[in-house]
Amino acid sequence: MAIITAPPPARQAASVPSASARRSRKLRDNLTGHAFLIGAVICFALFMWYPMIRGVVMSFQRTRRGETTWVGWDNYTRIIADPSFWTAWKNTLYFTVLALVLGYVVPFLVAILLNEFRHAKGYLRILVYLPVMLPPASALFLFKFYAYDPSEAGLFNAILASLGLPTSEWVQSPTMTMPAMVIASTWMNMGGAVLIYLAALQNIPGELYEAAELDGAGIVKRIWHVTIPQTKLILALLAMLQIVATMQLFIEPLILANGAGTQDSATSVAYLIYQHGFFQNDLNGAAALGVIMLLVLAAFSAVYVRLSTKEN
Amino acid sequence: MAQDSGSRTLISHAQLRRGRGRVIYWLLLSVVVLGFTLVFLGPLYWMVTGALKSGQEIAQTPPSLFPKDPQFQNYIDAWNNLDLGKLLFNTFYYAAGAVVFQLIFDTAAAYSLSKLRPVFGNAILGLMLATLMIPAMVLIVPQYVTVIDLPILHLNLLDSPFSIWLPLVANAFNIFLLKRFFDSIPEDLMAAAMVDGATPMRTLWSIILPMSRPILGVVSIFAVTAVWKDFLWPKLVMPSPETRTVSVGIYAFAGGTPQNVVIAASVIAAIPTVIIFLLFQRNIMSGLTTGSLKG
Repeated sequence: MAIITAPPPARQAASVPSASARRSRKLRDNLTGHAFLIGAVICFALFMWYPMIRGVVMSFQRTRRGETTWVGWDNYTRIIADPSFWTAWKNTLYFTVLALVLGYVVPFLVAILLNEFRHAKGYLRILVYLPVMLPPASALFLFKFYAYDPSEAGLFNAILASLGLPTSEWVQSPTMTMPAMVIASTWMNMGGAVLIYLAALQNIPGELYEAAELDGAGIVKRIWHVTIPQTKLILALLAMLQIVATMQLFIEPLILANGAGTQDSATSVAYLIYQHGFFQNDLNGAAALGVIMLLVLAAFSAVYVRLSTKEN
Repeated sequence: MAQDSGSRTLISHAQLRRGRGRVIYWLLLSVVVLGFTLVFLGPLYWMVTGALKSGQEIAQTPPSLFPKDPQFQNYIDAWNNLDLGKLLFNTFYYAAGAVVFQLIFDTAAAYSLSKLRPVFGNAILGLMLATLMIPAMVLIVPQYVTVIDLPILHLNLLDSPFSIWLPLVANAFNIFLLKRFFDSIPEDLMAAAMVDGATPMRTLWSIILPMSRPILGVVSIFAVTAVWKDFLWPKLVMPSPETRTVSVGIYAFAGGTPQNVVIAASVIAAIPTVIIFLLFQRNIMSGLTTGSLKG
């Protein structure tokens, strides 16, 4: 970091500096500024900006035995022709939708509930956020071995059986794999959303509730006409962030369902990228999949921006 | 939470303090406290005690609430068979390095963008923030290709801690958080220091950084937890058993190891982040909400 030792300060306070002195002073200030930036800029260039371009370039190339050739759209047509491509998208979108229903609505309702309590607030907050701090691999092994055990030795099945309800094979059943992954994922990740909503709820002026109550609005109406409109921005933002996060579903299928799951019921797009890139020796195909994923998410964001600007 | 006493929420205080409202409030509160304890603490209890059960006891129906004959051996086996000491040390080493690199480079960059404002500063900031829009999974393949053959230098960073530290510096969210904090430090302070002849480095060190301790703490805690929780990237760039992180190590052993030993290892792997959380929960929670709300 020797470069950062800046030049001595200019000592022309009394006299008006000449134009050239001012120019060299300005140049020096700029150089100092860039010297402070350089470390971060190099890291961004190497690990963000360059890979972004490289990914697009790679998706139009094919590397075989160390030789790289341009192959046009070949990688894309090959990837799309693969039936698991469509299975993976179907699964990923199904997970995204299920996670929206469960993982999106639940944290908001939990936050509304917690915001009404005047006791045990700190304790409840810590509880909700605790799973977020666990390494996902640890938490998922817990779910896999102790909660989703298909026999009645598993926690969930034991609870269902004791209530007289039918048990499930969970991650070994093709139909229950996705719901099981959504439950685990929601448990692990909802804490962040709850805390953000809680902070947003505390910014709602109390007079609004007061006025609504005087108008005879019940609790549900107050939530609908006061709480939701007042937290609209943060609700929309978290919806967007959650969609982007759930579309990258990876570690849940990898650990809970050994990757693909029974009858391909768990294969996600991210898992397919991983398979192509690191097991099928097809980094180019994986890059093409990455570009497709980026385009899909960009389309989502564009629709979202369109809708949210129209609202205002 | 002092402000709670003043502002009203969905339901008025008066209503909660009188007769029926009071009963419902306390009933609901107890149900929620009990329910949340079961839902969020229950699985952790199940994990810690489950790892104490014997293989037979795990397979038993219905499952037992307390381990009948606690097998502390499972934890010892996990520690020895998976070489957890080594794995934990690796993870800790990567986390500590990530904190150091992020603090040095991201703080310097945010300071420059906030206070020195060189030409093209805003363009660079824009390009950095643009990376927030790109999902991590999309970049994983080209990033991996970059790490195994670094452009210009042609270095292979596989199994080198730099392959974890340097990409983490490229964290636009940190730079954004730090810059916004620095923006709130009055310009007069900077000007006064400059008049006194302090260099930009000296101003950063003696004025800006001491005022920024809370945000630096938040950035550090987030760096540690990010490294501790990350899975796919360390799995790819730290392939050999000697350099693995703890999550990746447990995953690698999960296939051929008894379930209760895997869970015991998972418990041990989770202890450091849980301790960090309990120690710094106030900073973590405030960092999370200020970062997202006031953007």
